[in-house]
Amino acid sequence: MSARQKLLHLALLAAGIAAPFVFPSHSVQFAVFWVFVLFALTWDIVGGHMGYNSLGNILFFGLGMYVCALVQIGLVYDIAEYTAANGAIRIDFTDRQYFEGLALGLAAAALVPVIVAALLSRILLGLRGPYFAIGTLGVAIAAAELTNAWDYVGGGQGIAMPVFPGAPGMRERFFYGACMIAAMACYLFLRWLYSTRFRLAINAIRDDEDKAEALGVHTARYKALAWCISAFFLGIAGALFGNMTGFVEPLETAYPTLTFGIFMVAMTLLGGKGTLWGPVIGATLFYTLREVTWTYLLGWQYVALGLLIIVNVVYFQQGILGWLRARRPRWFGADAS
Amino acid sequence: MNVIEIRDVSKAFGGVVANRAVSLDVPRGRITGLIGPNGSGKTTLFSSIVGQHPIDSGSIRLEGREISRLGVQQIARLGLQRTFQQTRIFSKMDCVQNLLVSLPHREERWTHMFRRYPRDLVERAERLLEFVGLYPKRRLVAGSLSFGQQKLLEFAMALMNEPKVLLLDEPTAGINPTLINGLIDRLKRANAEFGITLFVIEHNMRVIMNLASHVYCMSRGELLASGSPEAIRADQRVVDAYLGAH
Repeated sequence: MSARQKLLHLALLAAGIAAPFVFPSHSVQFAVFWVFVLFALTWDIVGGHMGYNSLGNILFFGLGMYVCALVQIGLVYDIAEYTAANGAIRIDFTDRQYFEGLALGLAAAALVPVIVAALLSRILLGLRGPYFAIGTLGVAIAAAELTNAWDYVGGGQGIAMPVFPGAPGMRERFFYGACMIAAMACYLFLRWLYSTRFRLAINAIRDDEDKAEALGVHTARYKALAWCISAFFLGIAGALFGNMTGFVEPLETAYPTLTFGIFMVAMTLLGGKGTLWGPVIGATLFYTLREVTWTYLLGWQYVALGLLIIVNVVYFQQGILGWLRARRPRWFGADAS
Repeated sequence: MNVIEIRDVSKAFGGVVANRAVSLDVPRGRITGLIGPNGSGKTTLFSSIVGQHPIDSGSIRLEGREISRLGVQQIARLGLQRTFQQTRIFSKMDCVQNLLVSLPHREERWTHMFRRYPRDLVERAERLLEFVGLYPKRRLVAGSLSFGQQKLLEFAMALMNEPKVLLLDEPTAGINPTLINGLIDRLKRANAEFGITLFVIEHNMRVIMNLASHVYCMSRGELLASGSPEAIRADQRVVDAYLGAH
């Protein structure tokens, strides 16, 4: 890592740590920013680097959210009884119970989506192009509807999450920190992953999967693993988001296919897919625009975001980093000699 | 000693019989040619050998092992490579990356997925690019190369894979005539220096006469003639097939 890169990383880290102290009332919004970064980074593994455009990655987010909630509650109470009461039951967790439950819940929220991704990959990753996109979208919508109809996990009523112990304001700060750490861990992991053979193999699958097969590349292995890595970080993101919101519900919070599910694609395309920093830049811009439109264009915010997506997809497909790479190939290691 | 043995291979697409009871041998360490008019079933035979589609009947053996029921990736890992008539390269990756991803995947384990490419492999990739004359372009994305250069890149990728047998589907098609001699020379060197058995589909008679020690000729899905290049060129049935008298 060059000195300039180090400086950039440290500056971002410092800004990340300072943000909730400078603007304490905005901690939750800032945490959502880190979740957006996670969305874009994880979507780009399969959608950008591997060329499999998933419209259903939100599945793993919702799955992680629900799995974590069920573990946290199930450890100390009967789940069916708790959900049947529609939030009338309030469990008083001790600090220790709460944090142990959260830790176990997070572990399960990372693991279960990985297993589901591995199983789904056998069916869905055999599909290509638009068929994969529609297939994944179908699975995400089905998951939302199934959860909505499943009374054991609260159905459409949702689940009230355990109350965070500690002073008011601490909950926001705690989950802000957790989301930031998750996003940075994901970034560092991918930074390493993209320096290994893994990256070239999934890029080869993107460019010409048949040729990769003809060369003997273990394509099924790489494809499944790429999706499992997405699922791992999305599961954690979902678990943190659910706890931060304090209330888990299938259609708007856990499996919001039309908002978060599409945002993750839009952010990556905006920043430039198939790059490490593209998703981060895309998430930052998209998040900022979203906040601005929500504040100044209320009622028209989806029109504005929709316009942005249309312009991006029609006129600016390569995204910001893709555009920069075409303009300044030397910055990206290309040698035109 | 034959490295590939094909016996009575038939393949039909619906009602169209592309290969009918084709039998031929590819001897180890040599360059074998396959010629025939357009639509005579040469590329279909190649696709059958590398496992791209199942054959209807017959047997294909690689070093004595039956491979006609194996998939593309398994066969590739056994050391059989092909290049395509319509060149296939990884267009958004640079030339060195194209070669690195073409490394043999024979004994790849799960942990290998997360390794970096050691310096000596990068150097080998660069030497092979030098061999095909693409070293100055090594850091350009492959999609920006000309068609002829992409063919050379694909050839280098095949060599990087260290195959036992390399099937080349019209290696000189679309290549500038002045570059063809250089390519013939490289094919011969790949055969002599790297010890790779070559099995070549070619339309250019001058090329195949120059290259192959044994030539098979197909027509309408069947094997029409086989023999030394001179014998094939003199064979009246081959001449008729090319001129459309068949």
